[in-house]
Amino acid sequence: MTARGLPEVHDHRIGAGGRVPEVHDHGGNGGRGRRRVRVADVCVLALAETFRGDGEIVANPIGVLPRVAGLLARATFEPRLLLPGRDAFLLDADGEVEGWNPYRRMFDVVWSGRRHVVMGAGQIDRYGNQNLAAIGPDPRRPARQLLGFRGAPGNTINHPTSYWVARHSPRVLVERVDVVCGVGYDRAAALGPDAARFHEIRRVVTDLAVLDFATPDHRMRLASVHPGVSVADVVAATGFELAIDADVPETPVPDATVLELLARLDPEGTRHAEVAHREREGRSP
Amino acid sequence: MTAAPAGSPIDKTLTEEEIVDRLRDGMTLGIGGWGSRRKPMSVVRAILRSDLRDLTLVSCGGPDVGMLCAAGRVRTLVFAFVTLDVIPLEPYFRRAREAGELHTRELDEGMLLLGLQAAAWRLPFLPTRAGLGSDLLALDPDLRTVTSPYPGPGGRPEELVAVPAIPLDAAVVHVNRADRAGNGQILDDDPFFDQLFLGAAGQGYLTCEELVDGGPLAAADGDFRSLDVGRHLVAGVAHAPGGSHPTACAPDRARDLPFLEAYVRSAAEPDGWERFRAEWVDVPEAEYRARVAAR
Repeated sequence: MTARGLPEVHDHRIGAGGRVPEVHDHGGNGGRGRRRVRVADVCVLALAETFRGDGEIVANPIGVLPRVAGLLARATFEPRLLLPGRDAFLLDADGEVEGWNPYRRMFDVVWSGRRHVVMGAGQIDRYGNQNLAAIGPDPRRPARQLLGFRGAPGNTINHPTSYWVARHSPRVLVERVDVVCGVGYDRAAALGPDAARFHEIRRVVTDLAVLDFATPDHRMRLASVHPGVSVADVVAATGFELAIDADVPETPVPDATVLELLARLDPEGTRHAEVAHREREGRSP
Repeated sequence: MTAAPAGSPIDKTLTEEEIVDRLRDGMTLGIGGWGSRRKPMSVVRAILRSDLRDLTLVSCGGPDVGMLCAAGRVRTLVFAFVTLDVIPLEPYFRRAREAGELHTRELDEGMLLLGLQAAAWRLPFLPTRAGLGSDLLALDPDLRTVTSPYPGPGGRPEELVAVPAIPLDAAVVHVNRADRAGNGQILDDDPFFDQLFLGAAGQGYLTCEELVDGGPLAAADGDFRSLDVGRHLVAGVAHAPGGSHPTACAPDRARDLPFLEAYVRSAAEPDGWERFRAEWVDVPEAEYRARVAAR
């Protein structure tokens, strides 16, 4: 909920540092000649994919770029998704109010399990433990105070959660988070199968890659790298050892149909702001 | 207190200063609204002009928390977040935390709901799954789990977090309209936890944009579902047009973003709080309104 809901962590100092690879020119765009694939569009498509199969639940992508991803998922393969908007409402595909969903009622949704949230992260570790609260070794006197625990503990133990990290860096993807707000797979396993039966960290999408937990012990795995990003780039920008398969695919890029949809769903291109650093720092061919 | 003669109208109107006069050092105070939305800021300003101190604050925190922290009035903060919403981080709250000045009880947002609800229902706790596996239990040694007396999945009883009741000595919320008896109407799209704050409080106070005199609150549009606050929860009501400024009070007023940005900048300046305070706190509310209008 950037809505009255949950503002994401915008403090870009959290994600500063780390090498940023170049943006990549991509050919296949429906035969209209070469057009540069923009980083935000790749990220939006990857985040939209996290909602695949969710059906008639409240998709709650927090933040500008994730919200566009929710709209894209509904406009394509998940037409029954409900999406929050205008703070206290659920908005239909035409942007009309289809339901009232004020803050207090959102907990009915969370605790019912009929929700998939995309949260941000000040820090996240290899098991998907997430920190939104405070940076530094002493949580009683943090080096940097962030938002607080927000709804992360309740979200992660009740329904599927994915994460959006706008700046993939070793300061965000860390060996150990300073405070566990969102519950990761090791913590969930320690709780046992009963308490953790609704826990699922589905995917982590960053400006460099898509990561999942499809490993025997649910360690984070490099699922795909975005166009123009190498596996080595991702490894260098990650503060812990990732599980990496022999062949790491490239993250799918949006085709002409998707690009047209995105132009309609986000005509002002608000999705590009969060990853503008990649395009600034990238070396265009 | 002498009872009013039977049949005379109930009148609970107070000024912000009279509300603050009823508060005591060391009290647990709940503040309604959410982030930079519908905060009873005129009462916060009145607290800042008083010498009230050592407060335990419970809030879906915004500049209410920041300003009270900046002035050193908060001993303990019970919170799940503090934010200016469009500006994610609250600078004075952040500064107080990073200086190690605050005792805190950190919560998941849903745990705050349950703690207030438990207090409002006079229960010792309410159970939830929220918090399990997180660091909330490690950070708060008083926070306990409870074993369900009923068989759970697979026949085994479930262990849940027992969110303790969060009883409040007093709570203040800002609504769009109220009558003198203390009935409140929230026309904002979101009532947030305001009813819970009032229900959990020994003394509930309202501030309102519009004080409706004579005639029922909802007469204008017949929207009875916006009558969110019953007078049985309200000990006093202050007429406070613009009282939520600089936070929003939809549909009356949007948040004053330039003002909030200036407030954020003040935290980075030497003597920034003192200058902010001189200009925007240590003035009567009428003068405050005039200054806002002149901006």
